[in-house]
Amino acid sequence: MTSLIIKNATLPNGSVADIAIDGETIAAVGTNLATDGATVIDATGLVALPGFVDLHTHLREPGFEGSETVLTGSRSAAAGGFTAVHAMANTSPVQDTAGVVEQVKALGEAAGFVDVVPVGAVTVGLEGKQLAELGAMANSRAQVRVFSDDGKCVHDPVLMRRALEYVKAFDGVVAQHAQEPRLTEGAQMNEGRVSAELGLTGWPAVAEESIIARDVLLAEHVGSRVHICHLSTAGSVEIVRWAKAKGIAVTAEVTPHHLLLTDELARSYDAVYKVNPPLRTQEDVLALREALIDGTIDIIATDHAPHPTESKDCEWQAAAFGMLGLEIAASVAQEVLVESGRSNWQRLAEVLSLNPAKIGRLSEQGQEIAAGAVANIALIDPAAKREIADTQSKSKNNPYRGLNLPGAVVHTIYRGYPTVASGTVAEKGRN
Amino acid sequence: MSQLKHLLSAADLSREAAIGILDVAEEMAGVNARAIKKLPTLQGKTVVNLFFEDSTRTRISFELAEKRLSADVINFAAKGSSVSKGESLKDTAQTLEAMGADAVVIRHGASGAAQKLAQSGWIDGAIINAGDGTHEHPTQALLDAFTIRRRTHGAGSSAGKGLDGLRVVIVGDVLHSRVARSNAILLNTLGAQVHFVAPPTLVPANPAGIQAKIHYDFDAALAEVKPDAVMMLRIQSERMNASYFPSEREYSRVWGMDSQRLAALKPGALLMHPGPMNRGLEITAEAADSPNSTVLEQVSNGVSVRMAVLYTLMATERN
Repeated sequence: MTSLIIKNATLPNGSVADIAIDGETIAAVGTNLATDGATVIDATGLVALPGFVDLHTHLREPGFEGSETVLTGSRSAAAGGFTAVHAMANTSPVQDTAGVVEQVKALGEAAGFVDVVPVGAVTVGLEGKQLAELGAMANSRAQVRVFSDDGKCVHDPVLMRRALEYVKAFDGVVAQHAQEPRLTEGAQMNEGRVSAELGLTGWPAVAEESIIARDVLLAEHVGSRVHICHLSTAGSVEIVRWAKAKGIAVTAEVTPHHLLLTDELARSYDAVYKVNPPLRTQEDVLALREALIDGTIDIIATDHAPHPTESKDCEWQAAAFGMLGLEIAASVAQEVLVESGRSNWQRLAEVLSLNPAKIGRLSEQGQEIAAGAVANIALIDPAAKREIADTQSKSKNNPYRGLNLPGAVVHTIYRGYPTVASGTVAEKGRN
Repeated sequence: MSQLKHLLSAADLSREAAIGILDVAEEMAGVNARAIKKLPTLQGKTVVNLFFEDSTRTRISFELAEKRLSADVINFAAKGSSVSKGESLKDTAQTLEAMGADAVVIRHGASGAAQKLAQSGWIDGAIINAGDGTHEHPTQALLDAFTIRRRTHGAGSSAGKGLDGLRVVIVGDVLHSRVARSNAILLNTLGAQVHFVAPPTLVPANPAGIQAKIHYDFDAALAEVKPDAVMMLRIQSERMNASYFPSEREYSRVWGMDSQRLAALKPGALLMHPGPMNRGLEITAEAADSPNSTVLEQVSNGVSVRMAVLYTLMATERN
């Protein structure tokens, strides 16, 4: 019994088809499917993509509900075409026990806009001293597979080695925030020409690259997979490219902001551009784009990092690191992959949905649009031009405000339920 | 001259604007030489000296300049005030705005704090950067340029002139020095050639955007450049603990100004220091007290230059 039918959608391969949805499942994909009294979405001119999966989201709950909650972050995700987000572990309390990850998962289910998949901390309290109970989190109802101390680097090489080894027991992955702490003490922005002029303490590329080099070698040595969070430099791309050529099981993500923005923006001293890792140079941006196109970088992940106004509306040095990203990720991906003429919608589906679901071992996300798949679908108007304004996030640290970006998410279908319809986020989640 | 609202960076000044301020400063120096050192220019205007960092010298220099222009002066020091109780820059600025400050002279430990204040919309008055973190200190650069121009061209015949063709060597902790950054910009604007001498650890990793030639060998640089002025930067001893250089003795031997290097300067070359000096570290007492030394001139010129800046930003807004 078809409950929802999407008419005349353009699939990533360019063909036009109808998509019939029965409950949570795609019942059929084909031409001239009967509407059968189902709700009809006219998708003429829209591209249908598998619902996006973010491997790197900060939902801030529990602990920092002034910035974001699981509900507001989920709504922002839905507005961006996402049907699953990985909630990073740096909450308060930290997501380092089965109890906390189960709580976050439950909050996600209560919100009902996306699958909220908790990330587990690698170390207790993100302190880098002692492994958190990784097995307990993996075996909990939250089924944690991605572990990260994101925000902090697991810089102790022995601890990193043990974590990489330990998570093999349940096919987990460590997502490393690559930042050598001593090389970045007091660091405020990319170390380069601009930091020299602005007198802001530099954040050298080598602080990221040295950790990535170490970790791919560790992963090779112990036969584990490793994931690199928010890779931001041309040098990091070279290391990952080398590691992949060598057969090392490394995956890498890039954020929308590192694909679009550069350290020149720091000249304004507007802390909305302050982020960790910092915005780099135009050369880095070009290298990251190339790597996303050629497959060296596997995914786009948002590192959506909401902060309250008072943490950004102040002098640069006093401001928090981080920026919003859920609602512009698809537009940046379209700009880099499609509008550039260098790649295509299929690659966009890979980097925003298929690959992140694979890395996170999510079986019900990141599926090609086909009969039998879970009905997670984003419908994009590729011809739309939009000026970025306010978002669904509770926070306003949006560095894209005022920029013109291509494409707009028109509908998001999450497990058969329209979380976004005609550009408007649903009042309530699917529950 | 285009209307200057704030002075945040030496880069805010065109050559014309910079020479204009230096010329006004010459007139102010005339006022400062009189028995009654006071002008009514800023009567009824309120200037706040907002100092988040201790700096007695810069603060009293501004205060004297403000008082000699008849402004009402408020000193707002962060220590012992609500700022040390966690009040933000924004709240402080909005408070000053509500009290009707016409200008704010700000010294802050964070680079960009002055620019943030000027662009935030929190406050309407003129903002003068009196040193922001390791970024800039534009009035210091102006007083240094004024000092060089006066010594080079003479007090009576400086007006309208730049520093064309002069060679200035700046020595020391360039990486952390707002004085070096502002000077590099302003000296170039005025036509001088800028050289940095520093240990490689104390030079920015990528100095491409800074218009100065970098040397690691002080003696070779003095021999090659034959500078008209040498400016010694204050070295902070905490840099030693962070391994920027091995010891004070080694620093002073390799990068310090001593009698021998003083003797290598051409006659009449200026020996400058923004103060306060570490005698025996970056500069020996003999050098500091030599006829080449302009340290005290810089201090008195500082008042004239700051009067000129206040005059330029505030007196013109009436018209």
